Amino acid sequence: MQQVEEKIDALKFQLESMQRRSPENKLAMVVFSGDLDKVLAALIMASGAVAMGMSAVLFFTFWGTPVLRDKNKNVGGKDLMGNMFGAMLPKGATDVHLSQMKMGGLGTAMMKSLMKKKNVASLEEMFALAEELGVRIVICEMSMDLMGFKREEMIDYKHLEFGGVAKFLEEASTSKVQLFI
Amino acid sequence: MNQEIKVRKTLDLKGLACPMPVVKISKGIKEVEVGEVIEAHTTDPGSLTDVPAWGRTTGHDIVDTRQDGEVIYFFIRRTS
Repeated sequence: MQQVEEKIDALKFQLESMQRRSPENKLAMVVFSGDLDKVLAALIMASGAVAMGMSAVLFFTFWGTPVLRDKNKNVGGKDLMGNMFGAMLPKGATDVHLSQMKMGGLGTAMMKSLMKKKNVASLEEMFALAEELGVRIVICEMSMDLMGFKREEMIDYKHLEFGGVAKFLEEASTSKVQLFI
Repeated sequence: MNQEIKVRKTLDLKGLACPMPVVKISKGIKEVEVGEVIEAHTTDPGSLTDVPAWGRTTGHDIVDTRQDGEVIYFFIRRTS
């Protein structure tokens, strides 16, 4: 009798851990790049995923991190390196450029005007749409620390979290689709 | 064909580019009751593949697709 109970307990545990690991209808994406075109692609896929009935979580790390800075927020109390990185890296979605056809900024300007003409949503509009659709964004704490960014200078976004690789892996291992951009 | 389809809601999505057609359709379909049909007008040629893919994934029924010049007309029944 006791053996049977032990077996049932073991099976219960197994079932629970399987349920924990079984993929949800979710898209998990690493946004490593900070280029206009690549972040745009990430946001288009995330909002498309929500339209398809999935949930979506974007993990912004490394060059993706500065895209989430708020251009209107200024914070003090940084060290020399923090100030230097803050000045050199883009400040928010309006400040980023194309990964190709840079042409000293001309390519980005041309692409932006073309996007407007063709009715393709801008990066800022895509962030607003993603927020409205409930796309979650996790900012990599280590990248922020490395580049000297503070939480107070990041964008106001309803579904914003801060985390590390364990957070991403937890999300990725329970997602049907995982992408790295 | 399907002249009798009773349309509950019409979405004008002309001029909108990816991903807006499917985003707007997924919102619009929630605004009608199960069994009712919405009509969506798009001009994005990609929507010809995207809207059926969206339907297969979400389970909503693309009842009819018509094309008139640049404009594509989708008739979509909410199934759940």
